[in-house]
Amino acid sequence: MSGSVLFDAPGPNAIRRSRILSIVFAIATVVLLALAAYQLWLGGAFYQDRWDIFGQPEVWFAARGLMAGLGTTLSIAGIAAVGAIILGVLFSILRNAYSRWVRIPTTIVLEFFRGMPVLLMMLFILIVFASGSYWSVVWALIVYNGAIIGEALRAGMKSLPKGQRESGLAIGLTPLRTTLEIELPQAFRIMLPIILAQLIVLLKDTSLGYIVGSPEILRIGRQLVEFYDRQGGPYALSMFFVLLAIYLALNLSLSAIVRWAHKRVSRPRRGGPNIDGTKTEAIPLSTQAMRQQAGRDPMADTTRYPGAGMDGGGG
Amino acid sequence: MQAIFENLPLWWQGMGMTLLLTGVVTLIGLPIGILLAGMRVSPVAALRVVAAVWTEVARNTPLTLVFFFTAFVLPKLGFIFDFTLGAILALTYYTSAFFAEAVRSGINSVPLGQAEASRSIGLGFGQTMGLVVLPQAFRSVLPPLINVIIALTKNTSVAMGFFVFVLTSVAQRLSNVYGDQALQVFIGIAFSYLLITVPLGQLVDHLERKWSVQR
Repeated sequence: MSGSVLFDAPGPNAIRRSRILSIVFAIATVVLLALAAYQLWLGGAFYQDRWDIFGQPEVWFAARGLMAGLGTTLSIAGIAAVGAIILGVLFSILRNAYSRWVRIPTTIVLEFFRGMPVLLMMLFILIVFASGSYWSVVWALIVYNGAIIGEALRAGMKSLPKGQRESGLAIGLTPLRTTLEIELPQAFRIMLPIILAQLIVLLKDTSLGYIVGSPEILRIGRQLVEFYDRQGGPYALSMFFVLLAIYLALNLSLSAIVRWAHKRVSRPRRGGPNIDGTKTEAIPLSTQAMRQQAGRDPMADTTRYPGAGMDGGGG
Repeated sequence: MQAIFENLPLWWQGMGMTLLLTGVVTLIGLPIGILLAGMRVSPVAALRVVAAVWTEVARNTPLTLVFFFTAFVLPKLGFIFDFTLGAILALTYYTSAFFAEAVRSGINSVPLGQAEASRSIGLGFGQTMGLVVLPQAFRSVLPPLINVIIALTKNTSVAMGFFVFVLTSVAQRLSNVYGDQALQVFIGIAFSYLLITVPLGQLVDHLERKWSVQR
């Protein structure tokens, strides 16, 4: 619902009132921010010596510098994203299996994976499989997000018109090939925004590596703060702002990609010309499902899917 | 499992802290979330901008980084408090954004005609929201809100890395002491989380089944 229906197109009085309110509120916000900044200034946040380490190349490019940490974060996220999608496809196929002996255990296992914090899974893999902190983070993220993506793909397949599966079977495809060649590609297309949003969550979750001790950017940042603090001057605050800026830049640009993908997905595909030469807009059979997805903000929508869209072992 | 049953007080301590964090953060974060959602659809532009920035920043920051702020940065600035309070602050800030998004998607799910109708009989913004849209949004908002609470329950585990003793810490400590029973300990703790999350999930399913027919 657009905001404009909720209130009148403002008349001169309302415009004035709204403007005054806006200004009052903006001033209040600025004052609050200024107070916060003053507090920070009192704490010494803006002294040169709180930021000088970021001018040194070794903070960024040393073997255990911020760039190495960012590299670890991105490589964990990259490997885990590919793994999670593959595992998600596998899960969704198993959950749709014809045999009850496959379907029910898979459902239980998926519920189990989605119900526990991803941090617990990391610790579990770290301690029980002794895999080292890097791979424990990767594997936990693969399993946890694989379960969520699997659920999303299954929901996508379920939202397809029944005729898709029936016609696949009717032309003689095996149930597995029907799933692989007809249902999954469409489900993937419908659920693409949800899956991408989940991959952003995955990227944020790599920061849990801080707790299990994998050398990702947050851990590196903390180590740098401790290292330089011994030489005087607390850098915790400035390091926090640098890390925040890096994460925001990464995640916000990924969110923009998600929104773009969502817009693309919800646009109906154009068909070719008809036999008699007239133009047509071919409406894919999955359009019904896509239209249900269309017009929603995928980032806002993630909370609708149990398990999707939240961070920190969350879902 | 033996290890957990032998250390029930420890388990209760972790369970209690997990439940406490979940409960307190829900009680504080939900009103903030509703307020943020209201601000995002309000006629005043400044309110919209503030709410949008708050939710976007909170949702794109890793929870671990928020904890980093309350546990390591705030003390450096002279705000020294208990780690539990720090965890509550971090989780509230983070979760309020998700509450807000859940409420907003609920508001958006009320058919446009409802708002148009109430506007055309002369109700103002406050009346439209309070008397027509929000009561209807409530039913489609409740399932996603519970999903956020489920996620919150699991997110409390992050507090473990910042000196708060939650359920996950129980798993870590017991698996260190009882090295040979690590597998059972972890499965036991995982089931402890399921003890909280599965009933909530069932409630979501039930509510969605019960209410989805009506529109």
